[in-house]
Parts: sequence; structure tokens; C-alpha cells
Amino acid sequence: MINVQHVTKQYGPVKALDDISFSIHKGEIVAFLGPNGAGKTTTMRILTGFMPPTSGTVKIAGFDCLEEPWEVKKHIGYLPETPPLYLELTVKEYLIFVSRIKGLDQDQLQKRMEIIINQTGLAEVQGRVIGHLSRGYRQRVGLAQALIHNPPVLILDEPTTGLDPNQIIEIRDLIKSLAGSHTIILSTHLLAEATAICQKVIIIHRGQIVAIDSPEHLGAKLRQSEMLNLTVKQTDPGLLEALSKIPGVMHVSNGPEPNTYVIETQIGEDAREELTKLVVNRGAGLLELSTQTVSLEDVFKVLTKTDKPDA
Amino acid sequence: MTPVQTIIAKELRSFFVSPVVYVIGAIFLAVVGLLAYQAVANASNQALRLMQLQNTYAQLNLNEMIFRPLFQSMNLILMIILPLLTMRLFAEERKLRTFELLLTSPIGVNEIVSGKFLSVVMVYAGLLSLTSLIPITLSAYATFDWQPIYLGYLALLLQGALMLAIGLFASALTENQIIAAFLSFGVILGLWVLGAISTAFGDTTAGSILAYLSFTEHFERLIRGLLNVKDLLYYISGIAFMWFAAHQAIDAYRWK
Repeated sequence: MINVQHVTKQYGPVKALDDISFSIHKGEIVAFLGPNGAGKTTTMRILTGFMPPTSGTVKIAGFDCLEEPWEVKKHIGYLPETPPLYLELTVKEYLIFVSRIKGLDQDQLQKRMEIIINQTGLAEVQGRVIGHLSRGYRQRVGLAQALIHNPPVLILDEPTTGLDPNQIIEIRDLIKSLAGSHTIILSTHLLAEATAICQKVIIIHRGQIVAIDSPEHLGAKLRQSEMLNLTVKQTDPGLLEALSKIPGVMHVSNGPEPNTYVIETQIGEDAREELTKLVVNRGAGLLELSTQTVSLEDVFKVLTKTDKPDA
Repeated sequence: MTPVQTIIAKELRSFFVSPVVYVIGAIFLAVVGLLAYQAVANASNQALRLMQLQNTYAQLNLNEMIFRPLFQSMNLILMIILPLLTMRLFAEERKLRTFELLLTSPIGVNEIVSGKFLSVVMVYAGLLSLTSLIPITLSAYATFDWQPIYLGYLALLLQGALMLAIGLFASALTENQIIAAFLSFGVILGLWVLGAISTAFGDTTAGSILAYLSFTEHFERLIRGLLNVKDLLYYISGIAFMWFAAHQAIDAYRWK
């Protein structure tokens, strides 16, 4: 659906994007992840045809962004970082204007308006002037604007920034409900968001792609070993020694609290059963045995903390 | 609706919900009305004096005494107020990021520029048409030649359209409305001053080029009642040039 090949974007002497290539299949939800200034917005602007790349090719739904911008624009719904709203218009007037410049005829306009207003929960405020709406509603109007012509590709630049937790959940649910029928790219610097809604994460750092994978795989890739946390009730001086003799256990150390242990085991060797048996047999009183999951936060930190000097 | 009509409809809506148009319109009409009153009062004074002097019914040329100076003054007022009408056209779109919506929609830059230009010309034409009450009212009490009045309005329309096209271009250059207004004011002022400079060069080639570039000579000929293809061509080519420049400015904004 989306195919990006060797795209570079230069702003004067600054290389905002450096030889980026990736492709996204139909119906996928993909997150662009990266610190501020990594090149997320630039990538999105190039995808939408707002600005051309310095070099490289971008194809959306089979159309080249430079050669057939008209077709590309028809296939894309775009929500920029700041929702592009005319504050003096009412929600309805605004959406009518947008659907007209997106090329909908009168019949389609009527149908789509109704669907979109319901889908984005704007029915109550459709007669109100956009300038008087709250931030959450404005974001929804922005989303409605991107959806109005039912584009197969949706590009959302930080769709949940500045919203309160309830609004964030609402917008995320809305985005999730669009999956399958739409191919969605969204950018975010919130890792939890990427994990919550996306099947694939593209991590961008300093204009380069440092990783493309599913959130789970990214986590798995990063750890060479499985970490377990163990808490027992009784103080047992010989326990540490005994634990390290269990097959598969590589290293045992005392945890931050008394009577807690951090156990490192080999990947693929599930030692939990043996561990439980040992603790119970020794009468130490098993309180907790849990696996430490590597969060996307950790992955992100490792991948974006490059020791490369500034270019 | 064609894309251009869609843009025009949206722009007109935006113009009339903002107070700017009403304030500018009110000031324009009030000043023009006062100037017209002053010109008429002045003319009737002179008529009285002539009657006392010659003891006959004086035949004054009202076109020369009232309308020509009035049109000249209106031109000066337009130089100040029209930049205020065009300043937001593109600057606001850039500032509010709505430009991203327009430029990522299947609609051409030429359609956006045309729609914006036509909408502001319509607003101006509406304002201008209100001042036609002055000759209409006056025609009930005096006789004058209508031909120079028609041409005077044509001149004001073209002159205004040229200034609006300059303002449109200036607005496409920046996201700051104040800068856009001063920029267009500066260009318009420059074109006006060119006329004055040209007289210093006299009848040389440079002088006639400068005189041609300034709108003064073209405007003066039209309000005197002389219709000349050369003058119409000046305005049309000037507007076309500014339209093209605005188009280029927007392309440059995307490509940089």
C-alpha cells in the first residue's frame, strides 16, 4: 500500500531524513516512533505530498507522489500535528468545505457527513463554531476532516497529544476501529500508545530508521536472557546457592528488598517450575515469582541512545 | 461546485464573520462620503461666487470639480485599506496550519490562488458599488457627463484589483499578517512613487518606462474619461503577474 524507497530530505545543510526505506501493507496500523525532531513529521509531510523529497521515491496505492500527486492526494487522509481548522466556521460548514475540496459530489457528501459525524461523536457540536470548542473536540474535528472522503490511507501526526486521558482512550478506540478497512500510519513519542494500537513500529532517530518490527518482537530482540523476580517469606541463607544450581539458571543475585532475588535464566529454558519446587521444598514460603518484561521504553532508550557523534 | 467556487464561498464566509471587513468598509464609506460632501459643498460655493460675479447662471463642469478629485482621493484611501483586506488570505492559512489541508487536497495551487483573489475582489467590488450612491444622489440635483463616471469606476475597480493582487502575493510570503500588510503597502507605495520619479526623468526612455510601470498615469487617463487599450493592458498584465508571483511563492514554500 505504501512503499518508500531511499528517501532523503535536506533542509539546507541539515539532513532531516537520511535514506529511509520501508513498506506498509494494506490494513496495517503502523506507528512512527522517535524523539522530537527525529523526522517523523517530515516523513509524513512527504507521504502526503505536502513537500517533495530531495531524493528517493514514495508510492501510495501504486501512485508515485511526484508523478501523480493528484491520485495520491485522493487516497490519503491527513491529520497534521496541529489540526487544520478554520476557527470561524461551524463544524458542519467546515466539514462541507473539506469534502468539497476533497472532490466529493453532493450525494456522497450527504452520506459521508452523516457517517463521519456519528463516528467521531460530533453530532452534539456540529452547529457550533470551531473556535469555541475544547481541545478534544477540535482533535475530533481534525480526525473527521481526515476521514471525510473515506481514504484508504490515513496519516495521523501525533493524534493524541494534548488530550486528557479519557479523550486519549476515545481517540485510540476510534483509530483501532478503523483498522482493517484503512491503512493507518501514526506518529507518536508515547511508547505505550504504539504498543496499544499498532501492529508494527518504525523507530526513527536522527533521520534514520533504527528498527522496524512488531512491539513484541522489538522487546524480545533486545533481551538475551529472561529475568525472574522471586520473593520469599523466610530468610534462608542457603537459598541463593541452591537456586543457582537449577539447570537453565545463569545467575542469581539479591534483589533490592530483603528476601528478594533476581534470577537470570537462559532464553527458551523455563525454569519457573523447578524454582517453585525448590522454594516450596525448602519451606521458604513462596510469595511471588514473576517475569520481568522488557517494555518498549527500554527498547526505545537503547535504540535511540546511539554513541554516534553528531554529524 | 467547482473547486474555485468552493474556495470563494469559504473565503466570503470567513470575510463576513470577521469584524475586519465591517470596520474597513465603514471607514472607507465614511471617509469617501465626507470627501464627497466636501467636494460638493466646494463646488456649490464656487457656483454661487461665479453667479454673483457674472450675474449669470454658471455652467460648471462637475466631472472636473467633484468626481475627478474624489476618485483621486479614493485611490489614496484604497492604498491604505486594501492591504488590510488581503493580509490574512495566505498568512493566516500558514499560521493556523490549514495550508497543509489545502495543499494535501486534490485541488490545484492555481485554483486556491484564483479563488482567494476573486473572493477579495468581490468584497471590494461590493464596497465600491456602495459609493455609487454619490453620483446617483447627485444626479437628482445636477447634470453631468456619465461617461467619465463609468470609466472612473472601471479605473477604481482595476486599480483596486491590482492592489489586491499585490496584497495576495505579499500574504503568500509570510505567516505574519502585519508583515504581509506592510509589504503590500510598501509595494503599492513604490508603484505610486515611481510616477513622481518618472517626471524627473522627463521625456527620456527611462522616464517613460517608469511612468508606464506606475499606475498614476493609467489611472489618471481613465478617470479623465479616456478609454485606452494600453491602460487596460497595464492593469490586466499587472494582476496576472502578481497572481503568478503568488503561485510561485506558494510553490517555493512547499519545496524549500
